[in-house]
Amino acid sequence: MNFKHKYFFLFPGLFVLIGILIFPIIFVVRLSLSGWNSYNPGLDYIGLENYIRLFTDDPRFWESFFRLSFLSVTTVILQYVIGFALAHMVWKDIKFKRFFRVLFLVPMMTTPVIMTVIWRTFFHESLGPVNDMLSIFGVAPKWLTDPVIAKFTVIIVEVWQWTPFMFLLLLAGLLSLPKEPFLAAAIDGASPVRKFIYVTFPLMAPISIGAIIIRLIEASKIMDTVYVLTSGGPGTSTETSSFYIFIKGLREFQMGYAASMSFTYLIIMIISLTIIAKVLTKLLLKE
Amino acid sequence: MKTCLTAIISSLMIFSPMAYADKWSDQFPHIKATGDIPGDCSYEKMSKKNYKGKTLKINTHAIPVMGEPTALHAEQFEKLTGAKVEVTHTPAGDLYSKAMVPFQAGQAPYDIVFGFSNFINDWKRYLAPVPKKYMNSPEMKDVTKSHMGVSSWDGTMYQYPVDGDRHYLKYRKDVIDNPEMQKKYKADTGKELKVPTTWKEYGEMAKYFNGWDWDGDGEKEYGSAEVMKKDDLMFAAFFSRSVAYAKNPRTPGGFFFDLETMKPNINNPGFVEALTDWVEATKYVPPGGTNFGLGDEIGSFGGGQTLFSFSWDDAFIAAMQDDSPIKNKVGAAPLPGANKVWNRVSNSWENQYNQAPYIVWGWAVGVAKKSKVKDMAFDYLCFFSNGANHQADLAIGRFGVNPFKNSDFDPNIYINSMGWDPEIANSYTKTLLDMEKSNNRVFPLRVPGVFEFTSAVATGTSKALAGQLSPQEALDEVAKEWEAIVSRVGKKAVQKAYAVGVKMEDNKL
Repeated sequence: MNFKHKYFFLFPGLFVLIGILIFPIIFVVRLSLSGWNSYNPGLDYIGLENYIRLFTDDPRFWESFFRLSFLSVTTVILQYVIGFALAHMVWKDIKFKRFFRVLFLVPMMTTPVIMTVIWRTFFHESLGPVNDMLSIFGVAPKWLTDPVIAKFTVIIVEVWQWTPFMFLLLLAGLLSLPKEPFLAAAIDGASPVRKFIYVTFPLMAPISIGAIIIRLIEASKIMDTVYVLTSGGPGTSTETSSFYIFIKGLREFQMGYAASMSFTYLIIMIISLTIIAKVLTKLLLKE
Repeated sequence: MKTCLTAIISSLMIFSPMAYADKWSDQFPHIKATGDIPGDCSYEKMSKKNYKGKTLKINTHAIPVMGEPTALHAEQFEKLTGAKVEVTHTPAGDLYSKAMVPFQAGQAPYDIVFGFSNFINDWKRYLAPVPKKYMNSPEMKDVTKSHMGVSSWDGTMYQYPVDGDRHYLKYRKDVIDNPEMQKKYKADTGKELKVPTTWKEYGEMAKYFNGWDWDGDGEKEYGSAEVMKKDDLMFAAFFSRSVAYAKNPRTPGGFFFDLETMKPNINNPGFVEALTDWVEATKYVPPGGTNFGLGDEIGSFGGGQTLFSFSWDDAFIAAMQDDSPIKNKVGAAPLPGANKVWNRVSNSWENQYNQAPYIVWGWAVGVAKKSKVKDMAFDYLCFFSNGANHQADLAIGRFGVNPFKNSDFDPNIYINSMGWDPEIANSYTKTLLDMEKSNNRVFPLRVPGVFEFTSAVATGTSKALAGQLSPQEALDEVAKEWEAIVSRVGKKAVQKAYAVGVKMEDNKL
């Protein structure tokens, strides 16, 4: 087979890649250099105007970005801790192991938008069951109307919905671990805690890094939960980057400007996730 | 003799539809109160159309408000004409973009698109004008002058009238008119308990009646239910509170902007006073009330949870439905006013009473210019608002269909078909009719990029309601954003479109 034939066989894959990945990115970049909006549709050329506006005159974008960072890091840490605990629990020989394995995956299998509507009903401050039950203890948190508590409400829903994903990855990791180190630890008389700290956790490090990065990528796109639960409110207290881009692009129809925000956001995410992955690798795989 | 004749004609008008009721209301229970009402797009007429093999695609609002009647009339239309009707439901905030994206791409995935009437400036170039045969129909001749204007631009009608909206005050009549409550309120506050005529009175009463069981049903009740959720309708609630302080009949030339300079008025002391009142209102709404959308507001007031509410008709109609616990216990009145109004020319307060109705317009619907089934689409819209459907829809609060025909202001419709108390029916129709007659009305913006302007208001005011910014800071931010939008869109384009609205407000159109 000569050189040209190889390219011939690569072409279908390359074509699909260009079609579904490269073209949309190029189009977004081109769109970001235009002033496309509701009254001026079309790809005119306005240079870097949208980017200048974004970097010099739009604090709301940066506020939403820092808010997103807080929400995504917090939710992923919680998902990791809870997911690891659950995976560790059903990894062992316990009763109804199979049942629990399926049960823990249920939240992930539900439709996020529908479940968020249900959560919104739960947290409804005058009609919802949560405050109804809490009223027994004389408390009635403002789940959706207090700027601070609303952030935690979003975190609760996100953790509930996506912990199963972390659980699934970590359980797969646990099941693939070699048995010898655990046998050696048992022979040495290591307690369960020491076994976890010195055997299980280090062995799980590569899988943990992968799971955390995958979830960080997903969590940084958080949109549907915010959209349904709070619409970014109260005020702008739960507005994330993706929701803000959605408002500018698909509500206000500032397509050109929204494209510049999307592209900037993409670059920032690539850089920050690369750094996070390197830091995690250095911390967890130092030995 | 004349009285006798009028009585006979009235009886005939009321009972003549009953003759059709047997034929059509058995099949379509929705119109059981009136049966079919003769007209160009009646059930009888539509049953003679044959659209078998044709498909009509509609994008409408989520169920129930407007989404439910759209789906219901689609189903009826299918049965009558043999057409296939596909209805897509979309949240309010996305109706604009769901139509605009394909419009701008030169496509027509939907033959009919629902939205708000203030989209007209952005949408009109993509919509087909309403054909003459519908314009000349008796049903269309019955549409009020202001709603004909709302649906048209430069004399061409682009939006088919299916709804007519305005904001007004709704209150619990059984409390406000209750002598015992009046006595108690007077003893506790030293003030009269009456239908509030100013926002300050509204606030005082709402605060007093907040958080205790004043109707003896074993549940706590609250002061006011308002649309405060940060979405694309809270801007309208804010403008309803602003008109009293900022719409001065002695300073024509623009409520939102100074038409000459296009400088925003949105952060002047009139608007700031209204936002200050609104921030205060967060203390007398039900728990979670600052996250209430329109549906929550309808459910809250309509379900008897609050003393007051103000917004579209829906909460009032919901309260007056047969299944409502407060049927015939509610009243309608004009929006409260204020004892002072800002004069933006002299830059000072005028200490005199001011009240201004806010004609919020309403749901609007148009047929895509690129639709291949325009005839069928217009027939559907004509059928949607035919006499029988319209009267039945008016009686269901959650449908969001409100009066826009001259005949809708006849209190007998509500007394005879819906079982309303005559006093309430009279006050309701009078409240609506007086708005049509007012010379100090405010209409919403109908300018290019309208969504950018209203979205900026929603963001700014919600920051103030959440305590992130003071009212002045929040509205300064909105004004800055409005200036930036005007500059991006082009001052002349916005000014030209805004001039049409200002003419209407200044009673020159």
